[in-house]
Amino acid sequence: MIRPQDLLCPKPEGLYCPPGDFYIDPVRPVARAVITHGHADHARAGHGAVLATPQTLDIMGERYGLDFAQSMQAAAYGERVARDGVEVTLVPAGHVLGSAQAVVRWKGLTMVVSGDYKRRRDPTCPPFEPVPCDVFISEATFGLPVFRHPPDGDEIARLLRSVVQFPERCHLIGAYALGKAQRIIRLLREAGWDQTIYVHGALERLNGLYERHGIDLGPLAPATTATKADFAGAVIIAPPSALQDRWSRRFPDPVGAFASGWMQIRARARQRGVELPLVISDHADWDELTATVEELRPGELWITHGREEALARWATLHDIPARALALVGYEDEGGDD
Amino acid sequence: MRAFAELLDRLALTSARNTKLTMVRDYLRDTPDPDRGWALAALTGDLTFDAAKPAFIRKAVEARMDAQLFRWSYDYVGDLAEAVSLVWPSRPGANREPQLSEVIDALRSTSRADAQRLIEGWLDALPQARERWALLKLMTGALRVGLTARLAKRAVADLGGVDPAEIEELWHALAPPYADLFAWLEGRSEKPDAAHPARFRPVMLAQAIDEAVDFAKLDPAHYAAEWKWDGIRVQAAHEGGQRRLYTRTGDDISRTFPDILAALGGEGVIDGELLVIRDGEVAPFADLQQRLNRKTVDARLLAAFPAAIRAYDLLQDGAEDTRSLPFAKRRARLETFVAREASPRIDLSPVQPFETWAELATLRADPPAGDPQIAEGLMLKRWDSAYEAGRPKGPWFKWKRDPFLVDAVLMYAQRGHGKRSSYYSDYTFGVWTQDAAGQRMLTPVGKAYFGFTDEELLRIDKFVRDNTLERFGPVRSVRAEPHHGLVFEVAFEGLQRSTRHKSGVAMRFPRINRLRWDKAPGEADELVALERMLAKAEGR
Repeated sequence: MIRPQDLLCPKPEGLYCPPGDFYIDPVRPVARAVITHGHADHARAGHGAVLATPQTLDIMGERYGLDFAQSMQAAAYGERVARDGVEVTLVPAGHVLGSAQAVVRWKGLTMVVSGDYKRRRDPTCPPFEPVPCDVFISEATFGLPVFRHPPDGDEIARLLRSVVQFPERCHLIGAYALGKAQRIIRLLREAGWDQTIYVHGALERLNGLYERHGIDLGPLAPATTATKADFAGAVIIAPPSALQDRWSRRFPDPVGAFASGWMQIRARARQRGVELPLVISDHADWDELTATVEELRPGELWITHGREEALARWATLHDIPARALALVGYEDEGGDD
Repeated sequence: MRAFAELLDRLALTSARNTKLTMVRDYLRDTPDPDRGWALAALTGDLTFDAAKPAFIRKAVEARMDAQLFRWSYDYVGDLAEAVSLVWPSRPGANREPQLSEVIDALRSTSRADAQRLIEGWLDALPQARERWALLKLMTGALRVGLTARLAKRAVADLGGVDPAEIEELWHALAPPYADLFAWLEGRSEKPDAAHPARFRPVMLAQAIDEAVDFAKLDPAHYAAEWKWDGIRVQAAHEGGQRRLYTRTGDDISRTFPDILAALGGEGVIDGELLVIRDGEVAPFADLQQRLNRKTVDARLLAAFPAAIRAYDLLQDGAEDTRSLPFAKRRARLETFVAREASPRIDLSPVQPFETWAELATLRADPPAGDPQIAEGLMLKRWDSAYEAGRPKGPWFKWKRDPFLVDAVLMYAQRGHGKRSSYYSDYTFGVWTQDAAGQRMLTPVGKAYFGFTDEELLRIDKFVRDNTLERFGPVRSVRAEPHHGLVFEVAFEGLQRSTRHKSGVAMRFPRINRLRWDKAPGEADELVALERMLAKAEGR
């Protein structure tokens, strides 16, 4: 009888598949890697062979240079790829552009590695696709019942109300450079904000990449070219760390905003000096995590990283055997301080 | 509820005064009656219920979810109202979303058991965590969003384009939800009648004197000098049988000072300093602090810290409004009034005779024996000045004693808020002492975040970034060694003993007086120098 741990098991480098001899999102250089998405803690440079979606390979090339691995293989969503008798399929995870769950099948056993995911709509990537499985290996970044992200439309509306209320100030939004920034821009466009959005230099290449992949971001300009007065009433997007950086001093009395699931907790916002917290996350919140597990009803739930103990307890209370893998090396959203 | 919740949320995370003013003013403008009135009452602290005790809220939430999951959630968030508002399994559509005014009406009129049932229903119905949080904050009393009642009233004044003093004078004549107030501010009706007995009168404030400029232009014969007492400014009103005690911002503190109220004999309104006075001698400010901000007082406290008013003006004498009389006339009335009171709880702030400014300067530098030794400085009042609300330029000046100065070493720096969020602008500084092993070390003695120019801030910020030792969230520790570090000349108004500070002393009103880039930290002051200052003040 095949046990799940024969197919996937945690190792210091990351989740390892012995029969297929590959790792999923390894945190150290390995010979063969399957990469779920382009965030730096999941997609590292220096592997031998990399399998990922074409968008993720594109993101890695943009970030690390085109020689980020010795060989790359693109797998479109839904395409079945064989690795020494193990079948790997990448299906949408709804996290960022190109993000995927890794569905691993071997001798009748199906295991799904969620990577990072969310269940709500994102205008920059296709939605999460539930895949029935024996073992669901989930993230749990926001695995506590306090994390319940409000509808993102409400958050954007609150931001735009503040822009109207303080026309002499600018609104400086901290947003993760890959995914969050572009999603915020798209959400602003959908809410009718058609003015130029100013962006920090660190976002420019990824914005260009999103545009090449057909995500229309509307008029953007570098946040360096305008004079101080031009920024009155403007919306500016920068990586979270830039908010407290000397870089932000060029703006007129900025309202500091930060788009992150952590902004649900006031003490977190206060600690970072954020005046306008925007609870917008690319990770599943508690309700999405539990609803996904309930929907899939896997034979076992494994939890890779985040607040594992609460989700494990919830699963146990709902008669789903759960196990925390406590993988290290994956950062929390916006956990850059 | 939604707009009110959003207002509270934004106030809680905003530090800039003007931003808060805009938020409150806009809310009051855009929200219909009676919701805005109830919100205003909540913001000014004029609403209290005790319908929801934390224990009840906890029990209610644990009836709805796994207790262990809640415990983890609460531990993570650290604040009960916030944790409950986030985890509460809301059932939108189960009940109708309540209006703010509905919530308040219901709470004011129902028993505690009924109120608890209502609160659970509202928590179910409110779709946003922010709204549930606002509801719970409202229930448990203190909003704690960093807004003073004074600032809320200022926003009300801004809404109608009227003088804030008008709102203050009117305030205690009004009751929530203030429909008559808003009608007047929006030009829909006459100004509400403020002439109710024992109301608060807006106070007259003094300008700080500019020694270099002002004295040359002022004739000493036109001015009375009084000592500036180190208590809090109060107004004691006794009219139509009503007795009230107000702070200078119009907060009613009558309940905290029953001893003062009982001492008010004749009808009138006194402007004076609230102090603790034992055997005719003023006690340090720290003693008065024992009496402030208490909801109730017991006999032991009243006996240990006997409060008194040192009177310096009379705004109402029996039925007569005296505010338009010149100060000299008011002073004569005050002397008669206080003499008639004949109470140990009310005495007269003496006028300090002087001939020339030079003579007064000598008195200020070396005050006569007795209470003037611990005065904050002097007050100058034109003999012919009427009592005007606000801070008119010219009739009254304050001439504070020179501050104490100490050279201290920058130890920790914290990022500021708002405009200053990219600057390390809040500084903890220390002086030298010895550890148990006799080793010289720095001990923190205070914190300051102003007293420097924007250019100086840039330089300090750069120093902090270049000399960081460790980071703790928004705080950095910086190098502070005998031959490397930054020395501040810190000015402060006085010292108090403190059990909360490791150094055992706390400074009043500390600020950065000068940056001593030229001075080696090793030459900064010692803790014993501060202890000596303290002993001198106490041993007068």
